[in-house]
This record gives sequence, C-alpha cells and structure tokens, in this order.
Amino acid sequence: MSDYGVILAHTTSAALRAEKVLKRAGLTVKLIPTPREFSSDCGMAVRFDWAQSALAQEALAAVGVEMAGVYRMR
Amino acid sequence: MIYLDHAATSWPKPPEVLRSMADFLERAGGNPGRSGHRLSIAAGRIVYDAREAVAELFNAADPLRVIFTMNATHALNLALRGLLRPGDRVVTSSIEHNAMMRPLRGLERQGVALTVVPCAADGTLDPADLARALEGGARLVALNHASNVTGTLLPVAAAAALAHRAGALLLVDAAQTAGVLPIDVRAMGIDLLAFTGHKGLQGPPGTGGLVLAAGVDASLIEPLMRGGTGSRSEFEEQPDDLPDKYESGTPNGVGIAGLGAGVRFVMARGIETIRGHEVALTRALIEGLRAIPGVTVHGPLDPELCTATVSFTVAGRRVSEIGYRLDEEHGVLTRVGLHCAPAAHRTIGTFPEGTVRLAAGMFTTLDDIREAVAAVATVVATGTVAT
Repeated sequence: MSDYGVILAHTTSAALRAEKVLKRAGLTVKLIPTPREFSSDCGMAVRFDWAQSALAQEALAAVGVEMAGVYRMR
Repeated sequence: MIYLDHAATSWPKPPEVLRSMADFLERAGGNPGRSGHRLSIAAGRIVYDAREAVAELFNAADPLRVIFTMNATHALNLALRGLLRPGDRVVTSSIEHNAMMRPLRGLERQGVALTVVPCAADGTLDPADLARALEGGARLVALNHASNVTGTLLPVAAAAALAHRAGALLLVDAAQTAGVLPIDVRAMGIDLLAFTGHKGLQGPPGTGGLVLAAGVDASLIEPLMRGGTGSRSEFEEQPDDLPDKYESGTPNGVGIAGLGAGVRFVMARGIETIRGHEVALTRALIEGLRAIPGVTVHGPLDPELCTATVSFTVAGRRVSEIGYRLDEEHGVLTRVGLHCAPAAHRTIGTFPEGTVRLAAGMFTTLDDIREAVAAVATVVATGTVAT
C-alpha cells in the first residue's frame, strides 16, 4: 500500500471543511478517526494519497483553511 | 385559514425542511463531531453543510465563523454579553426588540453605558442622529435590520460606516430580514450578524446563529457557555478555535439539518424573487388597510422601506378584540399587543395598548391579503367600542 497523508484539524468543522475543499480540488479523500499517535485534537482527520500532497496543501492554502498539521503515514 | 404571523415564525415550512429533519434522525443519528464513526461523520457533514449554506447566503467568507445558536436572542446575548465590558459604550435604536433591549439593559446595570437613539414615529432611524450619538466614540453599535412591529428597515450600511468611523463594531439583528432581504455582511460592513432559523430562513424553531465577519477578533468575545466540544479534549480549558469556542454541548443537529434545507430552499428561490413577492403583498396590505375607515397603519407606508410586516390600530377599539375576532370569525391569524418590543411601541406611539400586526411570508398570496383586508374591514365595521 502506498503512503498516505493525514490532515489534522483543530475542530470537526475544520476537518469537514478540508474534506470539501480537497474534494473540490479533485482529490480522493476519506474522513478517518484521528490516528492514535497524534493528540486527539478532534475525533476525525482527513486521509489522502500522499502522492497528491502538494496539490492538497495548495488547495487548502488557496481557500485559507488553517489546519493543525499535515503528516505522512507509512 | 390565513396565517399572517410570519414575523413570529414562518409556517408552513417547505417539505424539504421536514424531509431533511426526518432524514437526519433516521440516517445520521450520530453525535456530530464527537466520534469518528460513520454516523457521527454523517451528522457532522449535515451540520457543516448548513454552516456553509448560511455563509454563502450572507456572503461570509469563512463557514467556521458561523456560530450556531438556539435562536436570534441567544446569538444577540452571545454578541452583547461576550463583547461588552463595564465602561464600554454601546449605541442602539429606540425601535429594538427585547431580544436586544433586555440584554442591553442588563449590561447597563453592570456598568456599560447605553445610548438609545430615538427613531421617528414611523420607526425610521436618521443616520445623522446616529452620527451624533457616536461623537464620543463607542465599542458597539447594535441595531435591528428591520422592526418586528412596523417592518421599518434601518440604514444598516450607513450605520456600519458611522460605527467604523467611531471605532465601533456593528451588530445587526436580522431576525426579521434573514431570508427575505439581501444581506451581504461584506458589502454592508456588518461585523456581527445575529439571525434566527425559524422565520424567513424557513427552518425549525430552536435554530439560529451569529456570523462573525472576517475582520472581527474573536478573542474579544467571551463564550456564554463552556463545555465539551469534541475538540482538544485533553485540555480542561475552553478552546479558542471557531466555531467550537461558542458551541459547547451537543448541537441541535436535527434542527440545523432543517435550517440548512431552509437556507438552500431560500437560495434556490432567490432572495430577489422572495423580496419582490413580499413587496407586492405589503403594498396590497398597506393600501387595503389604509382604505378602511378608522384604521391607522403605522410604519413607513412604503413597501420598499419595510418588510412584509404591517401594524395597525383602530381608534377606540381594543387590539385584542380585533385579533380575536379575525381568528374566530375569519380564520385570519395575527399577533396583537406589544410584540416583545415596548421600546418600538413607545416610539410609534402605541404603548401600552399595542397594535394588530399582520405579517406575510413567502407562501402568502395576494388573495390571502385581499381576504385578510376584507376580514379586517368587516371586524372594524361591526365591532363594539372599547370602554
């Protein structure tokens, strides 16, 4: 399985916002429970294909969505 | 039956609103934002989509700055009690609802300086009077967008310019205008917009919100309540993140689902279309009532200068008798009395007796208005004189 990225948000609303913004940018994303290794800032995180990480970060920055962090998972 | 109490709550609701609420309970039963499982996510998405719909309707840039509340009163309390501190000055108008006036009077007792700018007898606010009241500076200007008694529109954009020049923020109570008049927080310069979900937005009771414009520093606004948010659960302190800072406790997800559907219904129909229809209804209502001997219509008497809310009195007649007979004998449902707005009634000269208020909505027809006017004419012609 290829590497994937996880976007952590401060609030559920922000995670849902990120999900929408990334979907509109054409990414395949999925909401997942926040991985245990991160502090549980909110119950859910946005998972995406790491190969699209530049596109993802660009899309979030363009809309001004502030995130708690973007992490690469192996 | 002719329902003319839309200024209190709109009825009936669009079928889409009822369906979305049933659907929420049936299919999205999780607690939004509290868990990562599919039912919680489904509920969270519905609440988020409603946030986005509200932001789009009011042209607010950031859906996360749409704070959901129980109603407009809750939103106004959050804004007023969250922002104002002893020693601050706040300027309001004399045509406000008690949702604005009572929290302000309460704050006044705690040391907030309150200036009430008098409106004219038709409810209009002269920006020059507001400018004079702002000469000493202020923390906040707090105004309703339209009176719930006369429907009179207040000059919000002009008030924004004056408030900002005085270093004040502008809080607008859009309880009577959200969903029936164009509201663009950016173009109009509104800093804080309080709205209710169950009137023009066609949603259910128990919904409303406060929109914080992009430039407003949320660190200046204390939450009314603190508690669980589903976020930053490792901390015992309230988070600063929006909207969670102001949304402690499980939200009214089913209500917000209905609100979101209502807002989308309004946007699909188009605010300009809704407003055009309501102006036509209001014109017929004002003209019809004014033609009845003995009836005095209060307010600006120009449908372009008010909402579809029209108040009248009849010399020597009790408003309670008129309202009761309109309901009992003609099936016309109105609201009589003071409408939770004693200041407004003092301003238009109808305190303490009050008025009979007819308030049309987006589903009201011109035939409804003609029938209601005919009913008023009959009741007025055949009534007893108050002693």
